[in-house]
Amino acid sequence: MDEKIIKQVSIFVENKPGRLAAVTEILYRAKINIRAFTIAEAGDFGIIRMVVDKTDDAHRLLKENGFTVSLTRVLGVEVEDEPGGMFKIAKALGNEGINIEYVYAFTSGVERAMIILRVDDIEKATDVLEKEGVLFKGEVP
Amino acid sequence: MYWNPGAEKTPIKDLREIQERKLKALVHNVYYYSPFYRKKFREAGINPWDIEGLKDLKKLPFTKKPDLRDNYPFGMFAMPLSQIVRFHASSGTTGKPTVVGYTDNDIKVWVESMCRSLTACSVERDDTIQISYGYGLFTGGLGFHYAGEKLGATVLPTSAGNTQRQIELMRDLKSTVFACTPSYMLYLSEYAASIGISIENDTDLRMGIFGAEPWSEETRKRIEDKAGIDAYDVYGTSELSGPLFTECTEKNGIHIWADQFIAEIVDEEGEPVGEGEKGELVVTTIAKEAMPLIRWKTGDITVLEEEKCACGRTHPRIMRIMGRADDMLIVRGVNVFPSQIEHVLMQVPEAGDHYMIILDRAQDGLDVMTIQVEVNEEAFSDKVSDILELSKKISNNLKSVLNVSARVEVVNPGTLQRFEGKAKRVIDNRKL
Repeated sequence: MDEKIIKQVSIFVENKPGRLAAVTEILYRAKINIRAFTIAEAGDFGIIRMVVDKTDDAHRLLKENGFTVSLTRVLGVEVEDEPGGMFKIAKALGNEGINIEYVYAFTSGVERAMIILRVDDIEKATDVLEKEGVLFKGEVP
Repeated sequence: MYWNPGAEKTPIKDLREIQERKLKALVHNVYYYSPFYRKKFREAGINPWDIEGLKDLKKLPFTKKPDLRDNYPFGMFAMPLSQIVRFHASSGTTGKPTVVGYTDNDIKVWVESMCRSLTACSVERDDTIQISYGYGLFTGGLGFHYAGEKLGATVLPTSAGNTQRQIELMRDLKSTVFACTPSYMLYLSEYAASIGISIENDTDLRMGIFGAEPWSEETRKRIEDKAGIDAYDVYGTSELSGPLFTECTEKNGIHIWADQFIAEIVDEEGEPVGEGEKGELVVTTIAKEAMPLIRWKTGDITVLEEEKCACGRTHPRIMRIMGRADDMLIVRGVNVFPSQIEHVLMQVPEAGDHYMIILDRAQDGLDVMTIQVEVNEEAFSDKVSDILELSKKISNNLKSVLNVSARVEVVNPGTLQRFEGKAKRVIDNRKL
């Protein structure tokens, strides 16, 4: 089960010039690669969410540098990069009454798309998506 | 014009004698009838007979804000409850209110004081006074109201808020005098302009009486230019009654009616300052019955001018309030203590220990208070809604305790300034 769940790094940042640079510089200096990345913006502050190749190192380093960081369990789903890819997943989860709290997606390689999801019931969502035959990725390629 | 020429032009020497007689009567009265002052005098080793005149005033202990809270509700009263005709109350720093009681005569003294003041700044029978200070437990609205009626003027008790309606009524009912906080007057002028109304050309307003928060000569000029009116300053505190004193038409200080109140200026150690030096205003009420105050520390920093005024009044004047002796903030006319804010924050587990209070004056003239608080690291989830809810929760809690709204900005732990020794958590960017 656990290898199907991705640990995402979430960072609280004030909405000010230079904050994103401060975060990414720490990662760059530690040779940590960002595989997926998004910022949720909410006025005075934002939350950076990202999946990286060395999750524990990233978490520790950011914390040491005074950032408010948490590790969040999310799902990574790989689908065909074609119309209906997201719909299939959203419908399956919706039918089972699972709420998607946020989602971000990117294309990876050729004709594949990776979707990162945070849901309110991760265990149940795992079951549902497994039945749908979508591929789980313990880590982002 | 004088309301009570005999009283207002009493020779200074006679005023001193009136003060002396009333002070001696007061110390005997409170010694016998106020449990609070009897205890306080005994602790200070003072016998009422020791006070032989004004020269002994400085022997008397000060009365301070915590005294009112600690003796809530009736411990400061020197009259039986049956003689009380009204209460006013204000919210306290930690949720515990302070209450002031008034006898029928106290109301009369208050009204007399305001009638003299309003007349001194040129309000007359023919005026219509629109009172946009809050009515209710706050003393501003009612303080103006009864004096306005007594004067024979027409009173329009709009109370605070609803700017659109204030302007409508001001035009339709031809208000000539407007009473509110200076920041609200600036806001109202701009609002009027934004809906195509010029206070100067489209209304009959000729003057305004502004107070409940400190303001400056620059603000006076801005109000006068913007609204085409005369702007006067008013002073009073809820503990002393409410609004009591205004400037006369000389606009050179606020007359303190010396036959009702003794004003002193003291330094940080509580010692009287030299003539014309600035310090904290301390007031003794010599005409109040229900809750007389001896050497009440107002917390307001000013200068006392005892020379006879060009207007002919002999009563001393205080100059513009220059600041506060304590850490009290006045935000949109409401008294706010940083300790109240701290108290609210400490009850929210998701809030960290560090915070800053930032005050700005927006373009429209209204005060904006921003509270920056560090989020507690353990409470950080990666959901935006959790953090928005947290700032909303803090904001609601603050509003209910302070009676004034605050913007809440949640910031990263460790980013706010740390202090060694006395923390300076307030940044006041307002140009008063």
